[in-house]
Amino acid sequence: MAGTVPAPAPPAARKVGPSVGDAVERPLTIAAVVGAAMALLFAVTPLSGLVGWALCTYVGFVLADAFDCYRTDGSVLAKDRVATILVATAGLCTVVPLVLIVAYVVGKGLPGITTSFFTDTLEKVGPTDPATVGGARHAIIGTIEQVGLATALATPLGLLTAVHLAQSRGRLARVTRVLVDAMSGIPSVVAGLFIYTMWVVRFHEGFSGLAAAMSLSVLMLPTVARTAEEVIKLVPGGLRESSLALGAPEWRTTLRIILPAARSGLVTATVLGVSRIAGETAPLLMTAFGSDSVNANPWHGAQSALPLFAFQRVRNAIPTQIARGWAGALVLIVLVLVLFTLARVVAARGRKGLR
Amino acid sequence: MTDIPSADVHIETAVLAPPGPKLFSPGGGFLRAVAVTAWFGRHCIVAGVDMDMPAGSVTSIIGPSGCGKSTFLRTLNRMHELTPSAAMAGEVHLDGVDIYAPGSRPSLMRLRIGMVFQKPNPFPTMSIGENVLSGLKLAGIPCGDKAAMTERCLTRAGLWNEVKDRLNAPAGALSGGQQQRLCIARSLAVSPRVLLMDEPCSALDPSSTMRIEETIREISAQVTVVIVTHNMQQAARVSDYTAFFLADKGEPGRIVEVGPTSELFNAPNDPRTEDYIHGRFG
Amino acid sequence: MSDVDLRVGTAQPLPEPREITPGLTTGDRVFRFVAAAAAAGVVAILGLVALFLMLEAEPALKVSGFRFLTTFEWNPDGTPAHFGIAALVYGTVVIAVIALVVALPIAVGSALFVNEYAPARLGRPLVALLDLLAAVPSLIYGMWGLYYLQPHLNGPSRWLSDHLGFIPFFHTSRPVFGSSMFIAGLVVGLMVLPIIASVTREVLSQAPRVVCEAALALGGSRWGMIRSVILPFGRSGIVGAAMLGLGRALGETIAIALILAFNFRITAQILAPGGGSVAGLIANNFGEAGDLQRHALVAAGLALFVITLIVNMIARIIVNRTSQGTIEA
Repeated sequence: MAGTVPAPAPPAARKVGPSVGDAVERPLTIAAVVGAAMALLFAVTPLSGLVGWALCTYVGFVLADAFDCYRTDGSVLAKDRVATILVATAGLCTVVPLVLIVAYVVGKGLPGITTSFFTDTLEKVGPTDPATVGGARHAIIGTIEQVGLATALATPLGLLTAVHLAQSRGRLARVTRVLVDAMSGIPSVVAGLFIYTMWVVRFHEGFSGLAAAMSLSVLMLPTVARTAEEVIKLVPGGLRESSLALGAPEWRTTLRIILPAARSGLVTATVLGVSRIAGETAPLLMTAFGSDSVNANPWHGAQSALPLFAFQRVRNAIPTQIARGWAGALVLIVLVLVLFTLARVVAARGRKGLR
Repeated sequence: MTDIPSADVHIETAVLAPPGPKLFSPGGGFLRAVAVTAWFGRHCIVAGVDMDMPAGSVTSIIGPSGCGKSTFLRTLNRMHELTPSAAMAGEVHLDGVDIYAPGSRPSLMRLRIGMVFQKPNPFPTMSIGENVLSGLKLAGIPCGDKAAMTERCLTRAGLWNEVKDRLNAPAGALSGGQQQRLCIARSLAVSPRVLLMDEPCSALDPSSTMRIEETIREISAQVTVVIVTHNMQQAARVSDYTAFFLADKGEPGRIVEVGPTSELFNAPNDPRTEDYIHGRFG
Repeated sequence: MSDVDLRVGTAQPLPEPREITPGLTTGDRVFRFVAAAAAAGVVAILGLVALFLMLEAEPALKVSGFRFLTTFEWNPDGTPAHFGIAALVYGTVVIAVIALVVALPIAVGSALFVNEYAPARLGRPLVALLDLLAAVPSLIYGMWGLYYLQPHLNGPSRWLSDHLGFIPFFHTSRPVFGSSMFIAGLVVGLMVLPIIASVTREVLSQAPRVVCEAALALGGSRWGMIRSVILPFGRSGIVGAAMLGLGRALGETIAIALILAFNFRITAQILAPGGGSVAGLIANNFGEAGDLQRHALVAAGLALFVITLIVNMIARIIVNRTSQGTIEA
């Protein structure tokens, strides 16, 4: 009896639940039947439109599927079926608009993206000039300067506020937290009005990129502060304790240990804030005011910006101007989506690192 | 309560030595708790603890769960008060000076009374070498020869041979036992006179535990060690003095008996100590 | 074994806790002060917003008094100056209501879809997509709404008007269907959809799984479990999320400014051209406004500020209360 018999391999796992084929086959049949019926109905009666047909088909499908389910499985499962369809529809409804919007903006904006778009301004462009002349260089410069200034203003203030909120238990912290939450709901137009009334009018500073940056930073502050606070609170308490137990004073612990540990979350908070304000238009109407030529000086004088550029062009009656507006919108949406995705990627990588 | 031979010579004349990167001052610090009571909110966790932790010795604190051992340990370096709603009464003397005296600076005191926690927590954004020296950097203490200091501390902690080739590797890459030894090395770098250890081996495998116990024995001549442990056998192996804590149901924890380890384990004075040691409860 | 004496407590009373000075270093004090100053600065900014808005709105409010809230015209440059935001408040509210009616069911549905129905591989990209929707600037929504949605909705608007016109909402006096509150409401609904969906998703995911599994174990269907456990649990959270979305909808400016043709009649006909919102009015008229008009616009902005502040604070209170409450399982 040499050797032992090796143990038999464990059996393969069995599949549970309905297969994809089963799940899809019956609804497809029903959908086809209902769709054909509705098409017939529409062709014969004076009801109108593709959309109408689609709507009626949908309703008909839901009813027919539910009835079929009711016949075989009873009312409880029929209700469950209807619920499943409705919920799946809702999920779809959130995806479809995004796709439609991005596709539409790309479609309308792409023709206007030429090299001149990035190198020219609107300074000497007349109403009859074709879309290949003139560009948005002044708007791009304006956006970069205004968003940059706003970030420089809001990030330190927001991070310090977050540190205070995360570490203090006093009344100031509680009041600040409530107010920061309230601030995150300020309509962007109100932020613009605020800087307008205070800076542009009362302080007699006039329109400028700086004014725009200030109004944008009012909008950015709450996002940065609250996100940063959550991230700082997530740093494991053991790190703070070990640092204090080593004899470090509190401020060195915060600066050298806690904030670096939260680094990627803080970057996320900032980039999220930036992506929020990069697309804002309303506050710019009354702070930067817009212009046709390059104004590289953010401290003085009206300045354009990408959202302003797009908004003002698109309301024009002339098609070439409208085309330029769409090109500006395309650049804007690409910028915002890239920033946003960047924030998410940094956040995900940071989460992996802290484990 | 048994009399504990103590190095009383330090009491009236001690002046706390300024912190510095010199090698461990001879003898370690003498730690004395006087009527220490600790609360969280209105809930009293431990009450009326009087005990001496003699210089240059290892004192272990044993007792069943929930009798306030860790809370008491955290009053010894003023970590207890960091929790909101925490309160304490009594005094803790390091070399004769009450660390809770008004006007004293906790961060300076913690350079002299260090702590190693149950869960190893090296700083994740730093490398192994940076972790070792982090205490000096955080306290703003200049360090002369960084490489020599790093090697000395890691050798003391019994980790040098395992990491000497990868001092720049991130600290998170080490195993649990290695991380805990790194934390010990880090604490030793600031030359404390006392090292408090809160169940340092409870999350570790037996070989890491053994290595850490060796470390404790090696440093105890220069650094007084106070170790809270769940493991009676560890207390018997490693400590010179042992204190036994106990809490009645709904009552705060109190110290039952304290004395030289061999006496406590072989001929305890209190019947409850004897019952605990023989495993009749716990 | 059972007669082990565990009594430890003595008859001594407990001492009083002592005063402990925190013993902060100078560095600590400076740092704490700077952080507190930042927080105070943020509070101050909010105060400044209110202050300057009030200062600048005062000349207009002095002229109109309380009639600011009740007048339906907007003619600050005329003589006599006659202006009020009544029509605009009505328009703002109608648009916000339409937005909520459109967004809320879809948001709750997609939150349920992500939490309960979707397989894990689908769920995460869907959440990412939802967040992307939230990132799209409102200007883009407005442009898309104006150029794409409006022509496409001509047909359905006509369909609604023809077939459901017996309901006064959907009735139109003339067969023109552009620039209507309906379209504006749809677009704003799309904009607040991701906010409501995200918050709802968080709230519903906190429903105690133990109770959910109990419902399934009793033989209930998935929808039965949702209806009897998850939705009641998340009810006030959903209300809070809806209010957050409402707050955003009330303040929405640019999309409305692009889509609507501003007239100041109060009409229930949401499919007909017209209507306006406070924010849209400000955006549209700011460029060429005369003196008194500018003050009047600021006054309108102040009113909007107060309204959105109140709505948002109520929303936060409701949402916070839900996430703190736990069911004893």
